Amino acid sequence: MSQTVAELMDISASPVALKAKAELVLDRGRWASQVFQRYDRDRTMEIARHVAQVAHAKAKEYGEWAVKETGFGVAAHKALKNELSSIPLVDFYSDWNFVDPRLDERTGVVEIPKPAGVVFALAPSTNPIATIYFKVLASLMTRNAVVISPHPAALECCVDATKTLAAAAEEAGAPEGIVQVVEQVSLPLVDEFMKSPKTDVILATGGTPMVRAAYSSSNPAIGVGPGNAPVFVDATADVKDAARHIVDSKSFDNSVLCTNESVLITLSDVASKLERELSNAGAHLCREEEVEALRRYLFHARGFNVESLGRDAVWIADQAGFKVPKNTRILVAKISQIGAGEVLSKEKLCPVLGYFVASSVDQAIMQARALLRFSGAGHSAAIHSNDPQTVTDYAAAVESYRVVVNAPCSQGAAGFATNLSPSFTIGTGFFGRSSVGENIGPQHLVNWTRIAWHKDSGPLDRSAIGRLQHRGPLPVAPSDGVPGQGVGTPPIAPFRPQPSSRPGGSGGQDGLRDEIRQIIAEELRGLLKG
Amino acid sequence: MSEAKLKVLEASKAYWNPDKTQFWQDAGVDLVIDKREGYYLYDMDGRRLIDVHLNGGTYNLGHRNPELVEVLNVGARHFDMGNHHFPAMARAALAEELAKCTPEGLKYTIYGAGGAEAVELAIKSARNATRKRKIVSIIKAYHGHSGLSVKTGDERFSKTFLSEDTLGEFVQVPFNDLTAMEDALKGRDVAAVIMETIPATYGFPMPNEGYLPSVKKLCERYDALYIADEVQTGFMRTGDMWGITRYGVTPDIMVIGKGVTGGIYPISCCVVSEQAGAWLKQDGFAHMSTAGGAELGCVVALKVLEITQRPEVRSSVRYVSNFVRAGLDDIRALYPDFFIGIRQHGVIMGLEFNHPEGAKPVMRRLYENGVWAIFSTLDPRVLQFKPGILMTQDLAEEMLRRVEIAVGQARDDVMGGGAKRSYLQ
Repeated sequence: MSQTVAELMDISASPVALKAKAELVLDRGRWASQVFQRYDRDRTMEIARHVAQVAHAKAKEYGEWAVKETGFGVAAHKALKNELSSIPLVDFYSDWNFVDPRLDERTGVVEIPKPAGVVFALAPSTNPIATIYFKVLASLMTRNAVVISPHPAALECCVDATKTLAAAAEEAGAPEGIVQVVEQVSLPLVDEFMKSPKTDVILATGGTPMVRAAYSSSNPAIGVGPGNAPVFVDATADVKDAARHIVDSKSFDNSVLCTNESVLITLSDVASKLERELSNAGAHLCREEEVEALRRYLFHARGFNVESLGRDAVWIADQAGFKVPKNTRILVAKISQIGAGEVLSKEKLCPVLGYFVASSVDQAIMQARALLRFSGAGHSAAIHSNDPQTVTDYAAAVESYRVVVNAPCSQGAAGFATNLSPSFTIGTGFFGRSSVGENIGPQHLVNWTRIAWHKDSGPLDRSAIGRLQHRGPLPVAPSDGVPGQGVGTPPIAPFRPQPSSRPGGSGGQDGLRDEIRQIIAEELRGLLKG
Repeated sequence: MSEAKLKVLEASKAYWNPDKTQFWQDAGVDLVIDKREGYYLYDMDGRRLIDVHLNGGTYNLGHRNPELVEVLNVGARHFDMGNHHFPAMARAALAEELAKCTPEGLKYTIYGAGGAEAVELAIKSARNATRKRKIVSIIKAYHGHSGLSVKTGDERFSKTFLSEDTLGEFVQVPFNDLTAMEDALKGRDVAAVIMETIPATYGFPMPNEGYLPSVKKLCERYDALYIADEVQTGFMRTGDMWGITRYGVTPDIMVIGKGVTGGIYPISCCVVSEQAGAWLKQDGFAHMSTAGGAELGCVVALKVLEITQRPEVRSSVRYVSNFVRAGLDDIRALYPDFFIGIRQHGVIMGLEFNHPEGAKPVMRRLYENGVWAIFSTLDPRVLQFKPGILMTQDLAEEMLRRVEIAVGQARDDVMGGGAKRSYLQ
C-alpha cells in the first residue's frame, strides 16, 4: 500500500517546520507584548487581578487534575499552592509599580520600566499549575507576553490551565495572544523556542538538563537549579515546634517542592528529644535495614528513582520492602556521613528525610555546608534556633541564598510562611550556576531605562518626571462595507471587572476617566475622517 | 548602477519588454529583483525593499516561505506536474480540502495554471450550467488577460489586441450601483455576474454595506450565477479565509489563484457548486489543461491552506491590520491635505491621495525609502497597500516609519514646499 499525500508530504518534524512553528507563536507574543506596553498601570493590574481571581477559583480543580495526570503530590496541597500563587501573589506586588517612571531620590536618576517582551516559561511536572499561575501573573503584572511550555507528563492540565488564564486575560482586555501555550510539546520544538532570537527571556524551572539547556540557548535565561536543603536544629530551638514544622514541610505535597528539607542535622544532646517529637508529629524513624532498603529503592545507578517522586511515605516504605503505620507522614533515615558515598544526602523529592547527628555546632554547620556543596548549591537551607549568633554563623557558612528560620522550609523558602517574595521559582544564584539569587518575581522581567542628567544639574525632584503616553488597546481597524464594521465604528467597550472588595484596588475612577477620554477621542477621529 | 544590473536592463529592453522596462526607469523605480526572503525584496545592487505589493497577495506568507520551499523540495522527490487526464493523488487531496474550507455549497475544483485560466473556467462553467452567454462585470474590473477574462475588464487591456467584446456578451456596470446591476440582469439572459470582492486594480473601492449580498439576491432573482473572484481577497487577507464570507455572500463559483501557492509553484482553482459544475458529470473531457493543477502546485497549496488556517495566523492578521491602520491614521493626520483617505478590509488597503495621479509619486518616494507598493493602474490616485499576514511587529513599525517620511516627501513633490517638483509634469 503506497503512502497518502499527507504522509508523503509530512514535514512537521523538519527543522524548518519546527522553527516556523516557534516563530509563529513568538511573533504573536511580540505583537501582544508591544500592544500591552500601551496600557497604563490601572488597566494592567485590573487584568492581573481578574486572571488571579479566575485562577483562584480553579485552584482546587487543577490541583486534583495535576495529581491525577502526573501521579505526583497531594491534591489538597497542590490546591493550596495554586491558591497562594493567585490572588495573594498579586496582592503581594500590589504596591510595586512596573509601569510608571520613578525617581531615585538619592541620585536624581529617573527610571522608566521596559518589559522584557516575550517570556518563554517552562512548567515542571512536579508543580505544574502553581508554576503556570506564577509565571503568567508575573508576566501580566509587567506587561510581558508569556509562552508556557508544559512538561509532557503534565501536558493536559497545563494546556487547559494556560488557556483558562489566557481567556481570562483577554476577557479583561489584554491583547490577544498575551498568554500562549505550546500544545504539542517535544524536545526539538522546545529547543527551537529556547534558542530563537524572538524569545526575550527564558524562565526555566525544571530538571537540571532543561535548566542547563536554557542557559546554553544563547538567550537570557533565569534558571533555577535543584535544591537539597539542610535543616539544623540546635539546642536553643523549641524542639517540639521544630519537629512539627519539619514533618509538615517534608510531607507537604509529598515533598515535590525543591525547597523541602533534605537532611536534618542536630546535636547529640538534642537528638533523643527531637526523635521523640518527630515520632509524635507523624515521622517514622527507620531502622538500619530500612535505611538500607530506602537507599536501594530510591537511588539507581542512573540516579533518583522517579517512580518515588511525590509519592507518600507509606507507599514508599511498601515499595522499599518494609511496613510502616498507615498514618506515617515522613520517613526519617539516619545516616553517618554526608556527601560522596551516601546517596541519601542527595535531593529527594519524596517524604524521606536524611538525619545526621553532629557532635558540635561547628560540625553541624560544616555538615550543612558540605551538603549544599555536594548538591543543591544556591538553593535553600533552614535552621531552628533561638540564638541569633548561631543563625548568622549558619547562614554565613552555607552556600544557599535563603535560610529559613523556625519555619517549614518547603513553604518558607518559597515565601509563604516567611516574608520572602512568594515564588515557586527559586533563584540559585552564582552558587547554583544561575543569574539570579533571590526568589524570582515580576521584578526580574523588567529592565529600566535610566535617565541621567549632568552631574551639575543639581538635585531633581518629582517634577522632572514626564508622563508616559499610554494609549491603551489598539483601535479595531474598520472592515469597510461589512455591516457595522465600517469606518467610524466605535471601539469595543472597555472591560469593567466586577467591583473587587479587596483592599488596595486600582484607582478605578481615574482609569474610567482615561477610558472615557479615549472613547471620545476615537469618536472625534471617526467624525473627522468622515 | 552596477554593470550586471545594466546588462539585465539592456537585455530586458532588447528581448523582453522594451516599453515596460523603460517605464520603470522613467518612474524612478530602477528595480531588478534579485534575492527575496520573507517580506523583503533585494535589488540586484543590494538595496532592500519591504514588499507591500506582494503581487496582489501572491506572497501573502512571505517570499520563499521556508515551509513552502520545504514542501516543494520534498514534493519534487515524488511528484511532477502529473498527467491531467487521470485522477491524481495531490489534485484529489487539494480538491477535497478546498471543498471543506470554501463557502458552503462549493464542491468541485477545476484546476488552472493562473488566475485568468480559472476565470475562463468560471465563465465557461456558468455558461454551460445556465445555457446563457452574457457575463456582467464591474466597470474597471480586472479578471485577467486571456480570451474571455480580458473581456470582463477595462478596454485598456483588450483594445490593444483587438480582443474587446463586439457581440454584446460582456456587460459592465458601475460598482456599488444596484440599479444598474438590476437593469443588466432583468432580461434574464445573463449567465453570471463576476465580482472581485474588493476590486484591486481599481484601487480597492470598498463595497457599500449590503451591496454584495444584494447583487447575490439579484442573481438569484434573475437566474444568474455569482462568481466571486477571490484571487486577491482570499487566504485570510480580510481576516477570514475568504473575503466574500465576511460580506455574507455564498457564491456559486469561486476563483482563487496567486496566494494559493505562495508564489512557489503556480496553479489556480475554480471551485464550483454542484449546479455550476454540471459539465463535470456530463463530459469531463470538455476542458483540459496540462499545467492546470500541477501536482507540485497542489502539494504546496495544501500547505498554504494548513498554514493560513492556524489560529495564530488569524490573530496576526488582526494585529497587522489594526496596527498599520492606527499608524496610517497618524500619518494622515500629519498630511491631511494630501493623504485624504484609507480604504481597508483586513490587510487589503487602498491609500487615497489628493491628486489625479497622486499614488505615483508616493510609490516613487516609498521606493527611495525602501518600501515597495504599487499604484492602482485603473485609479492612480490610490496606492495599493498590501502588507503580508505574517508581518512582524518590528517590521510593521519600520515600514510605517518609512511610509511617514515618503508620504511627506511626495506631498511636497505634488503640492509644493519641497525642493523637487513632481516628475509627473
